[in-house]
Amino acid sequence: MSKEILIIDDSPSVRRMVAMTLQQEGYEVTQCEDGAQGLDTAKAKRFDMVITDQNMPNMTGIEFIQAYRNDPSSSGVPIIFLSTESEGDLKSQAKAAGALGWVMKPFEQAKLLAVVKKVVG
Amino acid sequence: MIDEETQEIFRQETEALIESLQECLLQLNSTPDDMELVTQVFRDLHTLKGTGAMFGFARLAEFIHDFEAAFEQVRSGNAVVTPDLIAVSLKAYDLIVALLEGEEPPTEKDAELKAALAAATSGEDAPAVAAEAADDAEEPAAAEGELEGWKLRFKLPPEFMEIGGNPVAILEELMEIGGPDTKTEALIDGIPALGELKPNELHTGWEMILPPSADEGDIRDVFMFHEDSMELELTAIRGAAPVVEAAPVEAAPVEAEAAPAEAAKAEAPKAKAEGKKSGGKKSGSANVQMRVSAERLDDIMDRVGELVIAEARLSDLAQKLNDPNLMEVVEDIQRLALGLRDTTMAIRLTPMSSITGRFQRLAHDLAGKTGKDFDFVIEGEETELDKTVIEKLSDPLVHILRNAVDHGLEDNDTRIEAGKPARGTVRLKASYSGADVLISVQDDGKGLDPEFIFNRAVDRGMISADANLSRQEIFHLLMAPGFSTAEAVTDLSGRGVGTDVVKSTVESLRGSVEIESELGQGSSFTLRLPLTLAIIDGLLLQVGEERYTVPLAAVEGIVEEPEDIRDGTDPTTTVELREKLISIMRLREIFETGGTRADHPKVVLVRTGDQQIGLAVDKIIGSYQTVIKQLSPMHSRLNVFSGATILGDGDVALIVDVAQLVKAQGLDHDNKEQAA
Repeated sequence: MSKEILIIDDSPSVRRMVAMTLQQEGYEVTQCEDGAQGLDTAKAKRFDMVITDQNMPNMTGIEFIQAYRNDPSSSGVPIIFLSTESEGDLKSQAKAAGALGWVMKPFEQAKLLAVVKKVVG
Repeated sequence: MIDEETQEIFRQETEALIESLQECLLQLNSTPDDMELVTQVFRDLHTLKGTGAMFGFARLAEFIHDFEAAFEQVRSGNAVVTPDLIAVSLKAYDLIVALLEGEEPPTEKDAELKAALAAATSGEDAPAVAAEAADDAEEPAAAEGELEGWKLRFKLPPEFMEIGGNPVAILEELMEIGGPDTKTEALIDGIPALGELKPNELHTGWEMILPPSADEGDIRDVFMFHEDSMELELTAIRGAAPVVEAAPVEAAPVEAEAAPAEAAKAEAPKAKAEGKKSGGKKSGSANVQMRVSAERLDDIMDRVGELVIAEARLSDLAQKLNDPNLMEVVEDIQRLALGLRDTTMAIRLTPMSSITGRFQRLAHDLAGKTGKDFDFVIEGEETELDKTVIEKLSDPLVHILRNAVDHGLEDNDTRIEAGKPARGTVRLKASYSGADVLISVQDDGKGLDPEFIFNRAVDRGMISADANLSRQEIFHLLMAPGFSTAEAVTDLSGRGVGTDVVKSTVESLRGSVEIESELGQGSSFTLRLPLTLAIIDGLLLQVGEERYTVPLAAVEGIVEEPEDIRDGTDPTTTVELREKLISIMRLREIFETGGTRADHPKVVLVRTGDQQIGLAVDKIIGSYQTVIKQLSPMHSRLNVFSGATILGDGDVALIVDVAQLVKAQGLDHDNKEQAA
């Protein structure tokens, strides 16, 4: 059964790029455009992995991680945080909130895939 | 690997971003203290940078990095927004647009603008540089003995599994790096007593011996996310030589990365605040949005059109069968189809605000170029129009706006002499008026001189010197092709420069232009446009054997055809109606429809531009939901028809483009003199 991944990013093009990259490798991808929507989606259904951006309207990535981790259903679900280089220590905030790891933007598709494979197999 | 659709989404997204960026910059010009705007600029730049880099716009991303840094200075209170900064930012904006469009402006431009941006915010120059220095003497003196292997001892954080990590995957990965010679041993001394053990916590550690062939970087990569939250010891096992054990690399050896993090630290709390604020400007309007390709919308519109047609057929049938039960269902379907039609049309609507940004920019630039001080006011930005219409309107509006500033507004001294406020006002206003949208550009400048325009038109041989024209008709001469020449630009109001393009564009959208002006007080150009292009309310007419539709919006009245012209067979004639001379077009003769003449023929009075024209027809069938179908390319030359529609009984009715028909019959203003 293919693994299901949730991608949360307010940029449609980034979202689509991530989705295409993952779909080509046989992952199933669900897309959300902000943290709040992502939270509802992630709570409603268990994903094999969640990828979230930081800068989004309504609810930021870190706020999402905090809120999601407060929900018992998030147990064991890896979250990968998308971050840009200028936000260096957001990474540690994301970690503290409960992210498993991060991918720096801009990322190459191969890099993203490597991380995803590493995390969900 | 990036497909076309993704590119397209990227294009739309960046378009919205740069539009917002420009708008904020221009607004900042008048309210430089608005931190919300500064934040928005920062956000827009930030997103542009990130997305741009992902899509291979490396130069763009690099440039924006500095642009962003300049606004970071403002955001953090180290610099303020000055007219200078805005001016440079707008130039930087232009560069961004050029780069996004794939142009390759000289690279010196980047450096130049970066320097200007830095100068304009003259605080400290951006961070990011000092990081490299931290690359410590990692390997002291290499050859201290043959490398025999690696000793790795690690303990992952207890919550590792809770946050979705998989220790087995980590072990497998390490085994892969080390190959079959890897030795692994579990360290279980950290496991608490059974009573305190939580099943989802990880307390096991591992010790591994990896062969020398394993790469240190690869090993560390396995733990890339966790190095700072776990226990990790990686030691080189070296041969007997001088026994100097390489310093154990403890859990915090991420120096190289920590340095830039340090630099960014100052930014972090604010970045967070910003994240929260992000709701600020956008969330208000961010009721879940979706991007849909225009093609699909057209497709839906097509189908809705078909549905409306099918519904008309059903309604026809029900009427013939005269079955009340069926009629009831038909009415339901009618209501649903109409609702669906309205919703579908609403989807295609875009607010004027999607293009007003560029007008603001234009006004800003025009003020700089002409040296005229004026306020540019935009009203009714929320007014919505069909997307296609909005896109086509952009150029004509730019044109009118430019003329208003160039030729309408006087320079400041002249204004003061004339007793007006030194600062002029140009107003761009959009509003609804029934099924139409009105978009007007008003200035409080010197106004149009009808006499001057009239004389010029006579000079150009466009009208005869004794022509009797209304004020409105005279103003419309401005938009007749050939009225303006380069010479006109330097002359008095010179407003006609290419204004015929305005007229033709608006008419191609089935709209019209109205001009009002008071000498000395100012002028206003108003574009009247239909809300939508796909379905219109039409008036269905019978002419001989054929049926035609005219847009109901253009119809101003219906009268009995006067007896004295009933027997004429000229395509056009003139008749006095309601004390006015009106040109009549006999559709029967023009379209050569044949068929018998009705006993009580009618004249439909229609308006085109500022002219009223009569269409002589046999019978009025009634108003009709007209789904516009484009004519085939083969027939597209027939510009007197704007399209065709399918009637309830499956027949086709052509839609008469009254303006074009008037032109074709030589009844429009340009030819009126000759015709009369």
